[in-house]
This record gives sequence, C-alpha cells and structure tokens, in this order.
Amino acid sequence: MGSLYAIYRKEMGHYFVSPIAYIFIGLFLILTAFFFNVILSEVIKQSFQMEMQGMRFGAPSDFDVPAAVMRNFFGILSTLVLFFTPILTMSVYAEERKRGTMELLMTSPVSELEIVLGKYLASLSLFALMLLPTASYMIFMCLRSDPRPPWSMLAAGYAGVLLLGGSLLALGSFVSSLTENQLIAAVITFAASLFIWVLDIGRSTDSGGGAVLQYLSVIRHYEDFTRGVIDTSSLIYYASFIVLFVFLTVRSVDSMRWRRA
Amino acid sequence: MIEVQDLTKSYGSVTAVDHVSFTVNKGEILGFLGPNGAGKTTTMRILTGYMPATSGTARVAGFDVFRESMEVRRRIGYLPENPPLYPDMTVETYLDFVARIKNVPAERRPARIDDALRKTNLEDRRSELIKRLSRGYKQRVGIAQALVHDPDVIILDEPTVGLDPKQIIEVRNLIKGLAGNHTIILSTHILPEVSMTCDRVVIINKGKIAAVDTPQNLTSQLKGGQKIHIETEAPEKLLRDVLAQIPGASRVVIEPARAGSRQTVTVEAAQGNDIRSQVAAKIVEHGWPLFELHGVSLSLEDIFLELTTDDASHAQSSS
Ligand SMILES: Nc1ncnc2c1ncn2[C@@H]1O[C@H](COP(=O)(O)OP(=O)(O)OP(=O)(O)O)[C@@H](O)[C@H]1O
Ligand SMILES: [Mg+2]
Repeated sequence: MGSLYAIYRKEMGHYFVSPIAYIFIGLFLILTAFFFNVILSEVIKQSFQMEMQGMRFGAPSDFDVPAAVMRNFFGILSTLVLFFTPILTMSVYAEERKRGTMELLMTSPVSELEIVLGKYLASLSLFALMLLPTASYMIFMCLRSDPRPPWSMLAAGYAGVLLLGGSLLALGSFVSSLTENQLIAAVITFAASLFIWVLDIGRSTDSGGGAVLQYLSVIRHYEDFTRGVIDTSSLIYYASFIVLFVFLTVRSVDSMRWRRA
Repeated sequence: MIEVQDLTKSYGSVTAVDHVSFTVNKGEILGFLGPNGAGKTTTMRILTGYMPATSGTARVAGFDVFRESMEVRRRIGYLPENPPLYPDMTVETYLDFVARIKNVPAERRPARIDDALRKTNLEDRRSELIKRLSRGYKQRVGIAQALVHDPDVIILDEPTVGLDPKQIIEVRNLIKGLAGNHTIILSTHILPEVSMTCDRVVIINKGKIAAVDTPQNLTSQLKGGQKIHIETEAPEKLLRDVLAQIPGASRVVIEPARAGSRQTVTVEAAQGNDIRSQVAAKIVEHGWPLFELHGVSLSLEDIFLELTTDDASHAQSSS
C-alpha cells in the first residue's frame, strides 16, 4: 500500500515538474473553452429558430437549451479524450524502461499490481484535473438557466467522461507496457481506441451480432451518461474494461522479466 | 548468506551464465571479475530477482530468489549497471522515493536518507536535480540508493565506473566499511579494485567460473611460476623454437625490434622451474647478444589474462 502511494506520488511529481501537465491542462482548457462557446451559440441560435417555428405553427417549443448544450459538449469532450489519452499514456512504461528505472522498481519489494495501479491512478488523476476547469463552464451555464437543469445530469455526464477516459487510459497503459517506442505506443493506442469506438457502427444492424458489437463499443454507453442516465450495464461495462486492461498490464509488466528486459 | 548452485541463463542461443556455483558468507565482500560479456551483470540480475534463471538455484539469506523473490528483494540493495535514476527528481526526493518503495518506515526515512547521503559524500547536492549532476555524481546517487534502506545484502554492478581517482578510493573505502554488517557482491573489470577491496574473487569468463579464491591466493598460486623478460637480437622463428624447447618453458612471446627498442622476448615458466640460467645459456650458445634478462613474478593482472584469454589471442598480444 505504501509502495503504491509512493509510485503514485512519483508519477504525479513527474507530470508536474515537467511541462507535461501544464501543457495538457492548458491545451485542453483552450480547446474545450472554444468548443463550449461554439456549441452554446449554435444551440441558442437553434432554439430561437425552433421558437420561431413554434410560433408560426402555434405550438409552444419545448427545446431544452442546457440539455442540448450538455449533450453536444460531452460529445466533443469524448472526441478530445480520444486524442488526448494516447499521448497521456504513451510514456508510462516506455520511459521507465529507457531510463533503466524499471530495474529499480522490479528489484524492489513492490508487486507488479502496485506499480501498475500507482501509475494508472496517477494518469487518471491528471485526466480528472484536465476535466476540472470544464466543469466551471457547465456550472456557470446551469446557474444561468431557467429552469435550472438537475445537477444529477451534470454529474452523470462527468461520471461518463471519467469512465470513458479511465477505460482508454487503461488501454493506453497496457499498450505502453508492450513497447519501448513511445510513438508506436501512441499510434497503436489511438488506433485501438478508435476501433472499439466505431464498433458502435453495429448499431445500424439489427442482428444479434450487431447488438453485441454495440454493447462492446465504448461510446455507446457514454451516450447514456450524457443524457443523465446511469445504467448499471454501462457501469459494469466500463468497470470490466478497466479491470481487464489493468490486469493485462500487470501480466505484461510481469512478463518483462521473461522478455529480454 | 548467498548460495548459488549451477546457475544457468540463456538468451536464446547465447548462454550468458553457464552452471555457475559459489557462496558468499555473511559480512564478506565478493568480487566478480571478468571481461566484457562474461555474465557478471546477468548473474547479478538473477540474484536481485530482476530476471529468472534458465536453470539452477540461488538463495539469498535462505530465500529462493525466484520463488521467494519479495523476501529477497526486501533484503537487497542493488546498483544496476546503469544507475536507475529519475532525472527530474532532486537527489533527496529520489532517495525518499526509493526508501518508500523499499518499505523504510516513515520515522526512519530522514535518518536513513542522511546516512546514505553522508556515506556517498552527497550532502551538499541533496537538493540538486539529478539531471544536472555529472556522471560521477549520478553514479554516487546510484550507490546511495542501494544503501538507503540499510539492506543485509548489497549488490553493486561496477560501482566505481565514471568516478574520478579520489572518488574511486573513497567508494572503495566506503565498501570496505560496509563489510561486516553487510554482505557485498561487486563486479568490476579493474583488478586492483578486487585486490584492494574484496575478501574473495570469482573470476568469470564466457559465463563460466574460471577461479574462486582470495586475491592473495590467486596471486601466490602462480607466484612460483615465473615470467622472464629478455632483450636480444635473434631470428624470430629460430629463437622461438630454441626457447620453447627448454623444459619448463610454457609460453614464448616475441616482440620484434622497433625504432628505439630492442627485440624483447617474454618466456613463461611453470611453477617451481627456474629456467633463467638455461635461457641465458641457450642464447649465448647461439652466439646472440644478450642485453637484458630478468625474472618478473606474475601479477593478478597476468593471472586474470591467463584465466580469461585463450592461447590463440594471447600469443598475439604482448604482455
Ligand atoms: N538482454 C539480453 N539479450 C540477449 N543477450 C544478452 C542480454 N544481456 C546480455 N546478453 C549477453 O549475455 C552475455 C553476458 O552479458 P552480461 O551483461 O552479463 O556481461 P557482463 O559480464 O556484465 O559484461 P560487461 O563487463 O560488459 O558489463 C553477453 O554475451 C551478452 O551479449
Ligand atoms: Mg555488466
């Protein structure tokens, strides 16, 4: 337990003494702020049009601006996550191996699980810190809306991003443990993430196989969260995804002893 | 404290360590001596649990390095061939990190870190970033890291690499000072290092143990043997034949005359044979001039070369 915390601290220290964390948080902040603005103005424009149409046909519009903004914004967030997580995880193990510090970790009384979890939790924390500023836009919007959308909707959305990001980070860590080359790690992680993303295409087919593929897609479950729905089957999906890849990473780190190291 | 039995490690078709057996007693310093690629690093990596052996067993403090790896790792301080450093950390935070993963309790950590810094002469660099340190200082941080949890067993892979002569002496003294309370294995290619610091030496070559003994015994083992240094002028081939025929002569190395130096010949003789007079007689008999003839006793260096070099390559190099 102490070792897990030591590794977590070391990783966080590494993010913050180097420019990595600041660049990530800053870049993410700029992009999300930009998209939030675009989405907000688009949605408001749309709601005006709807209202005009509603007036013309005599039916009152029930267009929910905050909900539409949230849905769109979380959609954009998920795309950003797809691009950011591979870069976040590409050096997790590669750098450790290149510097020879893996030899220190693996000859210390630390289990592979402690190494892997310490590193994983650190990357997840940095990810959460990246998301944190974006919550302020959302909170701001909700406070200014009338009627105010339920906070649970916002909470569900963020739970969704964290789970989605957590899944891709687990995947990325695993890939990073397989290769010493950071670029290869990033590219493979991105490709693999994209692959499990577009499994969602199975949505259009009504066959049984389509339903299975749909269940396996990371993004499918995410959409429930952005609509404010926390579905147990989605929770189970993400939890198993993360556990599976953490387990695979542990096995991969363990097998480094058998590979030429 | 350390028992190694028939340890073998193969990387694919390369056998890096080949049925190696030795033991190290508590409080002893064992030197691992061998040329490049001898298998020193590989043996140490197996002992520290970094990689498993292909076959054979190794025990540290009674624990099997593979099956009871955690117990072994708790008791070992290890300086790998490349010091495992985090460049963005300061010396002190790095040692604090290592102390934590080595399970040093929080209340003992500051004292242990101070002790490691003091022993490696790093006190004035404690808040410096590791990446700003010179090679020698980095090496010292690597050594400090191996001491920080006060382990029973210390394994140092080439601890004096990259240090200046003054530091080399200090590190050797440090290692000698650690003996008694700690059991130490160190590897090196530097012979004086072994004779100065180690209680016993394992000479390893191409994965096999060539000799295990005290530095004194290794030197005296071949002390009786003799090396004769001659300066003369004679046809090389004939000279070689004549000298090789002397009973007891084991090896003849001839260095041709060059500008400013005469033809020099080195003849080695087996233990207990004083062949100096016979060599002189033969040369005089053939009417060659004899400018110089004196005996040299074999140094540890020669023994090392003798044990680790095969004859073909030895004949080409003059000693
Ligand atoms: N990871 C590896 N994969 C394949 N072969 C290896 C590996 N590591 C070492 N070897 C081979 O094993 C043999 C022993 O290597 P080792 O590093 O143990 O030697 P050494 O005695 O430490 O040498 P040096 O004095 O140069 O450090 C060498 O022939 C080397 O090429
Ligand atoms: Mg080596």
